[in-house]
Amino acid sequence: MALLEVNDLKTYFRTDDGVVRAVDGVSFSVDKGQTLGIVGESGSGKSVTCLTIMGLNSKRSAISSGSALWKGEDLLTANPRRLREIRGSEIAMIFQDPMTSLNPVHKIGDQLSEAMRLHEDVSRKQARARAVELLKAVGIPRPDRRLDDYPHQFSGGMRQRVMIAMSLINNPDLLIADEPTTALDVTTQAQILTLIERLQEEFGSAVIMITHDLGVVAEIADDVVVMYAAEVAEKGHVEQIFKKPHHPYTWGLMGSLPRLDADVERLVQIQGQPPSMLRPPTGCRFHPRCPYVMPICKEVDPELTAVSDDPGHLQACHLDEETKDREAAKLLAGMMSGQTAS
Amino acid sequence: MAMQEEMRQTALELTGDELLVAQDLKKYFPVTRGIVFQKEVASVKAVDGVSFALHEGETLGVVGESGCGKSTMARCIMKLLEPTGGKITFRGQDITKLSRAEMRPFRREMMMIFQDPYASLNPRKRVGFIVAEALQVHKLGTDAEIKRRVQELLEVVGLNPEHYNRFPHEFSGGQRQRIGVARALAVNPKLIVCDEPVSALDVSVQAQILNLLKDLQRDFNLTYIFIAHDLNVVRHISDRVMVMYLGQVVETADRNSLYQEPKHPYTGALLSAVPVPDPTVGRGRKRIVLEGDVPSPMNPPSACRFHPRCPRFVEGRCDVEEPALINRGGPASHTAKCHFPLERWPLTEAEMRTAGTAGTTETAA
Repeated sequence: MALLEVNDLKTYFRTDDGVVRAVDGVSFSVDKGQTLGIVGESGSGKSVTCLTIMGLNSKRSAISSGSALWKGEDLLTANPRRLREIRGSEIAMIFQDPMTSLNPVHKIGDQLSEAMRLHEDVSRKQARARAVELLKAVGIPRPDRRLDDYPHQFSGGMRQRVMIAMSLINNPDLLIADEPTTALDVTTQAQILTLIERLQEEFGSAVIMITHDLGVVAEIADDVVVMYAAEVAEKGHVEQIFKKPHHPYTWGLMGSLPRLDADVERLVQIQGQPPSMLRPPTGCRFHPRCPYVMPICKEVDPELTAVSDDPGHLQACHLDEETKDREAAKLLAGMMSGQTAS
Repeated sequence: MAMQEEMRQTALELTGDELLVAQDLKKYFPVTRGIVFQKEVASVKAVDGVSFALHEGETLGVVGESGCGKSTMARCIMKLLEPTGGKITFRGQDITKLSRAEMRPFRREMMMIFQDPYASLNPRKRVGFIVAEALQVHKLGTDAEIKRRVQELLEVVGLNPEHYNRFPHEFSGGQRQRIGVARALAVNPKLIVCDEPVSALDVSVQAQILNLLKDLQRDFNLTYIFIAHDLNVVRHISDRVMVMYLGQVVETADRNSLYQEPKHPYTGALLSAVPVPDPTVGRGRKRIVLEGDVPSPMNPPSACRFHPRCPRFVEGRCDVEEPALINRGGPASHTAKCHFPLERWPLTEAEMRTAGTAGTTETAA
């Protein structure tokens, strides 16, 4: 049994302008010790998916359906008390913005030990000792003295490391990291990614990494879900997604990325803007921006189907496989030729 | 000290036809204590001796971590901040000491594109006004001419000219950044300083803006100073690249030279930290993880400012003697500020660390 199994998850928000379909039928699963990367642009529903799993959406405006089975137990129907038990101890989350996720008026040490004392019956002293241990693990110098500092006394990268320490304090089975490195410099990003990898090895936790950076995904994910406009456009093993991408949106994402290892005069650009989820396009949601659009794309929303002779690789696009293989090969060849040209 | 000063100067060989030259540019922000009698107790050396020359039609990329002084440097060049020391020459004319009024004709020649497309456009003004403002300030044409020009500009940057009367909130992030580009282009500048113009945008939209900037450069022979922390983006758009660390330039070279054969360990660490969107390549290689954070520019480390974080740190040399920014092998225009430059690239982690000793014997020989 998978650790977490998400089936046909939908989350709609009621707003004054109408219903926003933030997540519209997303399924995936994560096994123990695995890393799942969820990629997509802003507004594609990556974060809402995870907030829904954690039960952190506003009860007033959000309506969810589908299921999110955590070790067989549906999180969507779990009662709030049970959810509070799971959150922070079994499933932990690292939020995107380290500047606002810590409480500015409490000492780091208090915030860390609170996370532990809420879930386990430990003394203040024990919790404090554990906090020191974790701060040390995430590479904060002189942790015993830094415990009594306030968040503003830490730099951005260090605050993010404190957030990671906090999320790991109860040895969670699943760590959800929502763009943990987006606000950081590459050097700090490298520190954080190395840290997550190391901790994963040590504790055997599963990780869901939400990001818009294909580079980050390529480096740490085992499985990848590409999201576009609240739906899954493509998913598969990381090798499948990068070596044989099957969706025009994935091609666009890859082509629009300037790379260190390839020289291209012009980047492939995806025309237009991501759609508003108040009024998503009919048929395939990517069709207004897709260079390969066919009449059927405007009418029928493609199902997520398996790619033949590539088990585990799913994609949602009407194009025939022959064209896809050809275009994917062309895209990758373009990158390769750039590589030799440089 | 005097010798170092000289070296900095000689590193810059001027031919006289540069569009912009910055020599030993410095910007210190005072740190004061006390309320009534403010006493200067220290200074933040945000930019500390930056020199470079820029030719017409060229793109200079500037990279570095946050807090390394990239943006302050850009604002000094634009004279939005008064430099503490050094000299800025634009088209052969010293503009360092010019007053606001004297500066005005130069403002037409140099424009800026800002990072945050949500904060850099006045939400209460219509797009037409925002783009036209510079034209009106410089009195370039009658109202009708200006309107025609603005519509033309909107079209150039790929917006619908009909949207002249809309407000910024009606546009998406990428479209707003296009408005920012149109505003910068309005007065036909020579130089555009782009301060992280794409870092707030989604990748697909980022590619649109990068392509647009490249097209405009070709069509209007523009010169860019392109500031970014994303090394991929800088590589894509730049001809020359300058790497900054704690207010100083640590390495500068032609794009290919810098990315293929970085000399400074800091550049090496930056390059190795960039995630590669290719699972086989990305996992095979080793990230050089720098320990710790960027030190405070209020109290920078002695000698080489990178030494507390440097994998090749040699005690008694790097913390005592400041290296000069000179050629350390490779093409003549490739300069690095390091006693123990990288011998080749890529290096294994062990080589990265131990080569410091190999370097000593090399320099001794």
